[in-house]
Amino acid sequence: MAFGPFLLLALMEGMVTAAVLALAASGLSLVFGVMRVVNVAHGEFYMLGAVIAWFVAATVPGPAWLAFVAALVIAPALVAALAALADQLVLKRLNYDPEATIVATIGLLYMIQQAALTIYGPDARPVAAPFTLRLQLPWFGYSGYKLFVVAAAGAVLLGLWLMMTRTRAGLVMRATQVDRDVARAFGIDVDRVYMGVFALGAALAAVAAVLVVPISQAHYLMGHDPLLLSFIVVIIGGLGSLRGTLAAALVIGLSDGVISMFFSPTLAKILATLAVALVLVFRPQGLFGGRER
Amino acid sequence: MTNLMMPSRRTLLKGAGAGVLAGMLPASVGAQAAPVKVGFQLHRTGIGASYGRWYERTATAAAKLINEGGGIGGRPVEILFEDDATDPKRGAEVVDKLTQADGCDVVMGTLFSHVVMGSAPRAGELKVPYLVCSEGYHVASGALNRWTLQPGITDVRAQISTMAPWVAANLGKKVAMFYPDYAFGYDHRDFFTAAMTANGGEVLAQIAIPPTETSFTKYFAQIPADTEVLYHVMVGPAVLTFVKELGEFYGTGPKPQLFGFVDSLEAVDTATPGLEFLEGSHFWEGHPRVKAPDAGEFEAAYRAAVGVDDFGASVSDAKDVATYAHMFSPWETLFFLKQTMEAAGYQTTADRQKLVEAMEAVTDLPYGIERPQGAKVFNGKTHQVFGVQYISQIQSGRLVKVHATTIEDGLYEDAVDYTTMSF
Repeated sequence: MAFGPFLLLALMEGMVTAAVLALAASGLSLVFGVMRVVNVAHGEFYMLGAVIAWFVAATVPGPAWLAFVAALVIAPALVAALAALADQLVLKRLNYDPEATIVATIGLLYMIQQAALTIYGPDARPVAAPFTLRLQLPWFGYSGYKLFVVAAAGAVLLGLWLMMTRTRAGLVMRATQVDRDVARAFGIDVDRVYMGVFALGAALAAVAAVLVVPISQAHYLMGHDPLLLSFIVVIIGGLGSLRGTLAAALVIGLSDGVISMFFSPTLAKILATLAVALVLVFRPQGLFGGRER
Repeated sequence: MTNLMMPSRRTLLKGAGAGVLAGMLPASVGAQAAPVKVGFQLHRTGIGASYGRWYERTATAAAKLINEGGGIGGRPVEILFEDDATDPKRGAEVVDKLTQADGCDVVMGTLFSHVVMGSAPRAGELKVPYLVCSEGYHVASGALNRWTLQPGITDVRAQISTMAPWVAANLGKKVAMFYPDYAFGYDHRDFFTAAMTANGGEVLAQIAIPPTETSFTKYFAQIPADTEVLYHVMVGPAVLTFVKELGEFYGTGPKPQLFGFVDSLEAVDTATPGLEFLEGSHFWEGHPRVKAPDAGEFEAAYRAAVGVDDFGASVSDAKDVATYAHMFSPWETLFFLKQTMEAAGYQTTADRQKLVEAMEAVTDLPYGIERPQGAKVFNGKTHQVFGVQYISQIQSGRLVKVHATTIEDGLYEDAVDYTTMSF
């Protein structure tokens, strides 16, 4: 294949990666930004989104798009509920202590992963895409659904941004992020905000997984890679900055697509991790990160 | 004076003695029918999980049939399954546990070649017969040890050397290969490239894919433009994605001829939406998934025993498609074990060496309920069995057998003589 079409294919694949990554990482970024805790179980919320989507698709009768829409609504809702429960039962009792939360969420990671293995099983199972459309370009064919994923992720992120900047709930979240104690003094129930943010972060990961599951498949180990990449994106972009997360997701996703195709996927991962190391050394707050408190 | 609430010391001692004798009684009766314990290293989780599920069912069915026929030398067969998570390190631990902690007579069942490579050395150290159900060329290559044998399934080198002439003659001579980036894949890469060259063809590109890969489009761009045949043998949970993305990439436009190993489709329904572009393409099958009209007389009984219908799906769940091209290996291995244990007069674990020597003496293994995949020939020197291979074509969404090779087609010169090695 000539260089031009090769690059185009690499960029298209990179956009899909970037879109899914942006969604998943924004959940992680939000949780850290507002709550100042690291959620190591984030990848498992992602995996749960995909697994629940499979269950929904297997039980909802009718056309594939109906099952998909149902999954898009039900899976994030259920994952959000589980996350809220985890927040109330575990994180709140630890008083959101950073180190304790890391350990606790690692435990949560294994619990969720093994529960999925026990209930869902070790197999990878497909979910039908809501529509099958093949784009035939002069040099190669491409799945129309993948382009839909990019558009859908963009729409969700736009909705997230609108919520954070234009609604009262978003204002409350941003206020809590700026200064927790002052927010509390103004009558904001910080515990409820934390629960809501944790649930929202998990829901965003689940949405990303539901979008991606018709492309790949639902498998109980699928949370591992997104977790790693989400951390890379969030650190490079700056913890707590959604704009930074988006920029970093674009950079990582596109470079992953291009380097994977021109060189090898392993090299792409090596370079991404190297970038994290450089950012941590030279600009620890990330590219767009705010001042340290 | 005896009193029920306060027995005398004499009564107590009599009662204790009687209790000890009674306790010994079942043990002495049981020793005559002490089971043959077969340790089964199962891929219950990890990337081999779909194979593991069917290996377990098939092995259990084979043991049941053997026990209904009187067991091995009058002793019942008991299989202890242990999950190795398709992980080499865990595999070695499982061999250890089954042999030392559970006291199994033999260990069998591993499929994935990297796990075999990681586990066989431990079996050699523990001096336990290790019967792999793997297909990899590692046993016959001499890389392993005298305790490791593969009597239940043919190896990749034999499979490929029979496929290459057919591909060169029927599909094309310029090939691009897709294979998983580990031992089993390397066997495909090395032997198919050599076999194609020997048949007047050429491998233009060798594209290795990590077994845990989930997205494949990025590899398709490496396919050279003048490729006539695309050769694929994929394993792991993402095989369906590989095939679907291949379809999206090529679509209805011009594409190379496809030749795959059914590994790319094991446990996947060929009629799944998105696989339409496979129509008309050919696959190597170890054991035809769809029952052929000229199938052997024992095919129906075998399918009934393992719970597979005539189309290769579970009789209890049509969506649960079998890994039919591989799952016969534990069945045939268990019958091979029965045959050789009886020939060696196997009694206890002290007879393990005698057992391996009896195995090395086996040559012809005729078709029967013990060998539902077909007749085999065992090479005692290389510890590898040889059999027939099949080529099928997808017609109207179903695999239809179109060609069968002979055992002789797949024979190659010995690379090792394990019988000259020490135990």
